[in-house]
Amino acid sequence: MATISMGKAMNDATASAVPAAAAPPRAEPALVPPPPSFWRAYRVAIWSAVVLALFVLGWEWGLRALGVPKYFIPTLSEIGVEFLRAYERMDLVHHTVITTFEVLVGFALGALLGMAMGYVLGMSPTAEKVLSPYILALQIAPKVAFAPLFVLWFGFSVEAKMSVAILVAVLVVFFPIMVNVLGAVRAVDPAMINLARTFSATRWQIFWKIEFPASMPALFSGLRIGSTLAVIGVTVGELVGGINRGLGFLLLSGETQGAPLVFLAILVLTVIGIVAYCAVILAERSVLHYMPRRDFGKPNS
Amino acid sequence: MIRLQFDRVTKSFAPQRRGGEGVTAIADVDVRVEDGEVVALIGPSGCGKSTLLNLASGLDRPTRGRVFVDGAEVTGPNSHVAFMLQRDLLLPWRSILDNVTFGQEIQHVEKARRREVARKLLDKYHLGEFVDHYPHQLSGGMRQRAALARTMAMDPDVVLMDEPFSALDAQTKMVLQQDLARTLFEEKKTAFLITHDLVEAIALADRILVMSRRPGRIVREIRVDLPDRDNPMVRRQRNEMGSLIAELMSLLDIGHGDHLDG
Repeated sequence: MATISMGKAMNDATASAVPAAAAPPRAEPALVPPPPSFWRAYRVAIWSAVVLALFVLGWEWGLRALGVPKYFIPTLSEIGVEFLRAYERMDLVHHTVITTFEVLVGFALGALLGMAMGYVLGMSPTAEKVLSPYILALQIAPKVAFAPLFVLWFGFSVEAKMSVAILVAVLVVFFPIMVNVLGAVRAVDPAMINLARTFSATRWQIFWKIEFPASMPALFSGLRIGSTLAVIGVTVGELVGGINRGLGFLLLSGETQGAPLVFLAILVLTVIGIVAYCAVILAERSVLHYMPRRDFGKPNS
Repeated sequence: MIRLQFDRVTKSFAPQRRGGEGVTAIADVDVRVEDGEVVALIGPSGCGKSTLLNLASGLDRPTRGRVFVDGAEVTGPNSHVAFMLQRDLLLPWRSILDNVTFGQEIQHVEKARRREVARKLLDKYHLGEFVDHYPHQLSGGMRQRAALARTMAMDPDVVLMDEPFSALDAQTKMVLQQDLARTLFEEKKTAFLITHDLVEAIALADRILVMSRRPGRIVREIRVDLPDRDNPMVRRQRNEMGSLIAELMSLLDIGHGDHLDG
């Protein structure tokens, strides 16, 4: 079945390619293929524009046309109005700053702890083997479910509740980074380490000059995952802690003040996550500049 | 003066699992390599050739017998020997220049000094334009040249090589053999070269040792009494090559029965 449909697709492809190639007069077959047509060159951009337009129109007018009530899902313009209201009356900026701060601190602490544990366990196979069942259990356990425990620990002041949010973020960020770093240190080519040993390298030199740099690609993929998880961790921490600052507070207020506020808070949280993710990507580009670029499908690059 | 000596060396490996069988990789190997000599070692695959190099470089210790470099017993990695393997093992995050200085950096040679040494070597191996490139930007032959430069940057008394050119295409290989032979000759380096390539052994070495199947023993020594050790391109073309290759083939039992199936 699959082969048949594939064969058909290939036939279609050749069928459409042949007339295009045969079309120019046969006089001098050009050695360099002609530049792609406008449509081929910009098809991704064109499709993106079409999908964006459909998305916006569908959200703004389609929902109402389908009879979805306003308190279920607000339209884009209603979220826009809510943004202005929250900005002027609800101190949106203040809440955003609080949450961003928690995300940054949670991400940074979680990443540092994850790296430290990852490198220590990566360098000690025995410790890793002994601890691996616990690591696995903690990895599978829903970390956000620890939030009530942290509320219990810290109490009810504003700082305490911010600490809860930060701690949940630390916990969820920690694991993917530790696991990635651990795996990367374990996967370092033993021949490279032997090479360093023939130069009489110390254990410390082997770590700094081989294992640490070799782990960078895996560390950065861990940081990427961590940057998005940090936002989730902070959000859950704020919601469970019942904080009266931050975007989690706006989410909770939305329960009485309506869907537009909920959507607005989600939107801002998403933006924070995207900015964090992009910051990691930028750092990754500058650190991993030595990696071959993976520009598939782009000729001559 | 004897630069490298294996004195009745045996190396056995412990079984992988309890109750498994241990393996004796090499048995009673006795080898002396004189100052400035290039000795090639050939043998069937899995006969423990690489074990010998690990013992000489101090990465591993013999079960019985002793290994000497420059008259001193080898008890661990030391700066008298340097290693070159089939894989270039360039560190992808370091530029070519920084890869070549890697060994000196580990031994705390001053930065300006090690860069000077590396630049000179890279010029010599036709990589002068590529000092700031990264390994992935270079071809296999260029990368192996950089690895050769990294080995020579240590200014070792004994160069240990484990099939250094076996991953390269035929032409690139000849060019690199030429560079290596020149360097070894000009710098009067002592070299111990493991290879599968019979022509390479004859083209580069003063002496060829033939090893048996596991447990590896040296079963024959052949002197290559040909001129032009510094010019393998010329040596390759000599008439005596054919008979030497035939002799090595028969010693290694190549072309007789079971090998042809495998």
